Amino acid sequence: MNPFSRRQFIKLVGAVGALSSLSACQFGEEKVIEGRVVIVGGGFGGATCAKYIRRFNPNIEVTLIERDAKFITCPFSNMVLAGLYGIDWITHEYTALRDKYSVKIIQDTVIDIEPIAKKVLLKGGKSVHYDRLVMSPGIDFQWDAIEGYTESISHQIPHAWKAGAQTLLLRDQLQAMKDGGVVIIAPPRNPFRCPPGPYERAGLIAHYLKQHKPKSKILILDAKDTFSKQALFTQGWADLYPGMIEWVEGSFGGHITGVDAKTNTLYNSDKEAYKGDVINIIPPQKAGLIAHKVGLVNEDGWCPINQRTFESQKHADIHVIGDACIGSKMPKSGFAANSQAKVCAAAIVTSLDGTEMPEPSYVNTCYSLIGPDYGISVAAVYRFTEQGIMKIKASGGVSPQNAHADFRRKEAHYAIGWYMSITNDIFDSFS
Amino acid sequence: MKIFAFISILLLPVITQAEMPITRGSMLALSCTGCHGTNGKSPGAIPTIAGKSAGYLITIMKDFRDNRIFSTVMGRQAKGYTDEEITLIAEYLTTYK
Ligand SMILES: Cc1cc2nc3c(=O)[nH]c(=O)nc-3n(C[C@H](O)[C@H](O)[C@H](O)COP(=O)(O)OP(=O)(O)OC[C@H]3O[C@@H](n4cnc5c(N)ncnc54)[C@H](O)[C@@H]3O)c2cc1C
Ligand code: HEC
Repeated sequence: MNPFSRRQFIKLVGAVGALSSLSACQFGEEKVIEGRVVIVGGGFGGATCAKYIRRFNPNIEVTLIERDAKFITCPFSNMVLAGLYGIDWITHEYTALRDKYSVKIIQDTVIDIEPIAKKVLLKGGKSVHYDRLVMSPGIDFQWDAIEGYTESISHQIPHAWKAGAQTLLLRDQLQAMKDGGVVIIAPPRNPFRCPPGPYERAGLIAHYLKQHKPKSKILILDAKDTFSKQALFTQGWADLYPGMIEWVEGSFGGHITGVDAKTNTLYNSDKEAYKGDVINIIPPQKAGLIAHKVGLVNEDGWCPINQRTFESQKHADIHVIGDACIGSKMPKSGFAANSQAKVCAAAIVTSLDGTEMPEPSYVNTCYSLIGPDYGISVAAVYRFTEQGIMKIKASGGVSPQNAHADFRRKEAHYAIGWYMSITNDIFDSFS
Repeated sequence: MKIFAFISILLLPVITQAEMPITRGSMLALSCTGCHGTNGKSPGAIPTIAGKSAGYLITIMKDFRDNRIFSTVMGRQAKGYTDEEITLIAEYLTTYK
């Protein structure tokens, strides 16, 4: 039989690793640790990265720091608004990451990072050392952009652009609204989290209103003059909810600059007033606050990175993925964050192993539901080039215009399939 | 000497201890798992692509790419990969049963 027990064997390998100075482990240690990676934010980007680093190399120790005990996804939160799903369906646990992939989960808020000392400081008082740090903190809002719209007013006029209590607040307001009411949605300028999201929201709210409050209307007051999948959304709204949804573009008075919360009135720069019964303001955005605190952002408020490895251009050994980073042609989506996280995981693992990362590939597909049986999508496959992450020209594009109802039904069906698969790829959900 | 030869043989199993290698094929296949589930095992409506033969995967990917068969979204995905890349993806995916 083998003269070495498994434990002795690991010790030996550890010793060899230490000799070749590739490993942080010391002779005689129980476990080989080839590096310590700390991940800030357990959402689409962070949780994916944690799982994949452990899958690529179980000798790397991964610690995931997340403020909340569970993760509630923004994807499919518009279905919760429309009363089609409960909040439980979009709530995910960290148990598989902890128990199956042995990721250390710390529930706490990161209050600062010391890039030279390589330390993450937690609100709870502890600090955690890293060899590599991954930041996937998502977005925060530019609270000074719309006069009168503050964080405390958002508890009365929700943004619902982070899922959870905000989603339920907007849902409850829609349910309490009288028939014949006006719902206003005010989307921001680019770039922002989930470019098709506000328009998906309009359609799914219309689905709810059509059934329960058919005399009601939806007014979209947009900061922009065009939006994602515009022709498909416009066609879908006309097919399913004729006359119910009105979109006002930015240069025709749609760009909101102020709010009077006492009277539920929005104002544009010409001081024209729009009064709503339920109002949803989606403010302009920037990288999550902690990225600002640590100095990872540029003058626009987002994090510039090496788009092959996602390493920050501001601090060494810190990687930024997901909504917070500047992903070139990739939109700020959960799908993109998941794709970036896997490439980032491979970049970190190969770098700690001292090997070369093979050519990365990236992908995004945003499904949107206009009604529960009416799905559309926009897709792209990307590669790294000298100009950064670029779409492969022949790939991707949007669903066909004027497609048969059966095509839309299939895509709605696959949209739900996508949601189950991607949360499976992140949290092992639905497995 | 003997001991080191022994270790270098045994080092291999430690590397394969990883659930997933980092190769060109696996990096490309990472672009599939967001829709088809980890390792290509889908929990929902999108078909599972694990456990299929490489030949089947290569043929159907090219059929999607060249619009020979109907798809809602796979045509738009498959157009992002060359013949060589499709082969690498297919070979990687067949490692999962
Ligand atoms: C209504 C809506 C619908 C959407 N639909 C889709 C869709 O259909 N498809 C799609 O692909 N995308 C969709 N998105 C976009 C998607 O939600 C985001 O792009 C995605 O969540 C980005 O991932 P992330 O990792 O960057 O951030 P997040 O997923 O937001 O994760 C960030 C995490 O970091 C934590 N965090 C932040 N700061 C700290 C700190 N200091 N300390 C500790 N923890 C911290 C937060 O609590 C959070 O859990 C939608 C978004 C919205 C708003
Ligand atoms: C945006 C989601 C999405 C992505 C990303 C995606 N697929 Fe698909 N795949 C689908 C859907 C949906 C179908 C069903 C056919 C259709 O309508 O497009 C499918 C079907 C397939 C099939 C046919 C399965 C069968 O036996 O019928 C194969 C094979 C396949 N995909 C392989 C891949 C590979 C390989 C990749 C990565 C390079 C990939 N897919 C990426 C959504 C996706």
